[in-house]
Amino acid sequence: MVKITIKDLSFSYGSRKILDDLNVVVGDSEVFSLVGPNGSGKTTMIKCIDRILKPKGTILLDGGKDLQSLSRQEVARYIGYVPQSTTSVLTTTVFDTILMGRKPHMGWRVTDEDIDRVVEMMKLLHVEEFALKDFSELSGGQKQRVLIARALCQEPEVLLLDEPTSNLDVKHQLEALDTVRSIVKKTDISAVMAIHDLNLAARYSDTLVMLKDGKVHAIGDPLALLTEENIRCIFGVEAAVMRDLDRPYVVPLRSLSGEAL
Amino acid sequence: MSKEGPVESSELKEEYSQFVGKKVLFILLCLAGIVALAGIAATLGSASITPTEVYAAILARFFPGTFETTNFIDTIVWQLRLHRVLMAIFAGMGLAVAGAAMQGILKNPLASPFTLGIASAASFGASLAIIMGAGFVGGQWLIVGNAFIFTMLASITVYGLARYKGITPETMILAGIAIMYLFSAMTSLLQYVGKSEQVHEVVFWMMGSLGRSSWDKVGIIALVTVVCTLLLMYYSWDINALGAGDETAKSLGVNVEFVRVFCMMLASLITASVICFTGTIGFIGLVAPHITRMVVGGDHRFLLPASGLVGALILLAADTVARTIFAPVILPVGIMTAFLGVPFFIYLFLRRRKDYW
Repeated sequence: MVKITIKDLSFSYGSRKILDDLNVVVGDSEVFSLVGPNGSGKTTMIKCIDRILKPKGTILLDGGKDLQSLSRQEVARYIGYVPQSTTSVLTTTVFDTILMGRKPHMGWRVTDEDIDRVVEMMKLLHVEEFALKDFSELSGGQKQRVLIARALCQEPEVLLLDEPTSNLDVKHQLEALDTVRSIVKKTDISAVMAIHDLNLAARYSDTLVMLKDGKVHAIGDPLALLTEENIRCIFGVEAAVMRDLDRPYVVPLRSLSGEAL
Repeated sequence: MSKEGPVESSELKEEYSQFVGKKVLFILLCLAGIVALAGIAATLGSASITPTEVYAAILARFFPGTFETTNFIDTIVWQLRLHRVLMAIFAGMGLAVAGAAMQGILKNPLASPFTLGIASAASFGASLAIIMGAGFVGGQWLIVGNAFIFTMLASITVYGLARYKGITPETMILAGIAIMYLFSAMTSLLQYVGKSEQVHEVVFWMMGSLGRSSWDKVGIIALVTVVCTLLLMYYSWDINALGAGDETAKSLGVNVEFVRVFCMMLASLITASVICFTGTIGFIGLVAPHITRMVVGGDHRFLLPASGLVGALILLAADTVARTIFAPVILPVGIMTAFLGVPFFIYLFLRRRKDYW
């Protein structure tokens, strides 16, 4: 079954067009990555899918339900969102932060089922030792895991991640994406993520979408898409794509000036 | 590993239920504290009566025959002191709940109904009534009506200005500060043209006092405070989610703009209903939620009611001190709350954790 169908998706800030007529389909149980330079529309696309922003065009969830016709709560039960960073001013514990993920399912009272779910997710993401610590005291990697746990508590069909590796060191980048991939492969959930690092995208994605100026430049298997030609065209960077490992890896060489494009 | 798993889960759940239990215990302790302090507050005054006599006089009305009291004590307690004590409790509760709600929906630990221009609008309304004799309603409700209506006008204006730019904490706070300066300037202008005894009355009104309390006023304040507090508590989860950021709140299913505006209006309504009778009583709305947050944490399901109770305790204590410290001279309670509130606020400011703000 198809998780999300996006048809003719456009979005503008004022007269500036950020997304221009996108058409993509996110299938079952896949890691779906959006890559592209700054300003190409990756984050905007993530926000449109979760209706944080209101785009033009059609987004169908769950085999044909129109995103616009659903209530926020219904959307929250289908899509879990992991923001890039979160700055919490007022104090909140890790447990309460993850419990918030139950919001789309629970009333005012917290049931035993909600607590069980939170505990289960804390263990899955290995954050149980921080349960009653303040969220703001955690390191970047720990925060990221807490936010993924919160999104999973929503029992979503789709997990949206906005640059999940941007604040992490190499080890934590690998761990975070390992976690996402293993959840996707173990369950029926699909993950849609905006990601900067092409090598990580190639290694962890089933489908890669290359965005340029709000348009889909290329879509498909990361193995086929990561070519020197594509990288030059999208990023304006001359790169060597090495294929001596089981996955391609990109070594950027130099930035090309406008004319060389 | 698999053996350890379930044990750990139950430990986690146990830990969390203790965490919640601590908050409930704090709320119960505050309630007990209010009952005890109310009894003490009602004994203090020019006529000396004991706490036992006070409680007996109160209970005698509910269970006649079971409890004995005298006419004299009955009059002192019911007609002079009890409504003032209850006024302190409900006014303190209302201001603190409104402050906690504002801090939550604006994600700003310095927000209170006062920083959004609400108090200065009330002061302007009262000044207009006192100095110009002009207002929306006449008679004995002139000052009260003006203070209330201008307060609500100010919050609707803040909403309107913020709406134009998008309802975010930043737009609301900036609009609120602009409104605050506008009304302060207009109050100053009125004071400039007013007669000295009128200006004196305005200044006295702005200091805040529970001296004008009566059973009717207690009834109105209690009704508005309790109803609005329950409504705000109903939105506790939404306010919690707002704390994680507007985008996250939306992704969790919260109708962000509606919740922010509706809760702001409820907080404004509480504040307006309280300060139109008492004058501007500062710092309760700012300090009570901070004290409470240090004990019960940031979950608004507990923070809102607990802040209310802490606010009630502070205002009752401040009013009792203000009434008795230089007896028979009664200090305005607004001065007393600031004297108690400022050192505490500075203390909080100095010891806050680095990640707090």
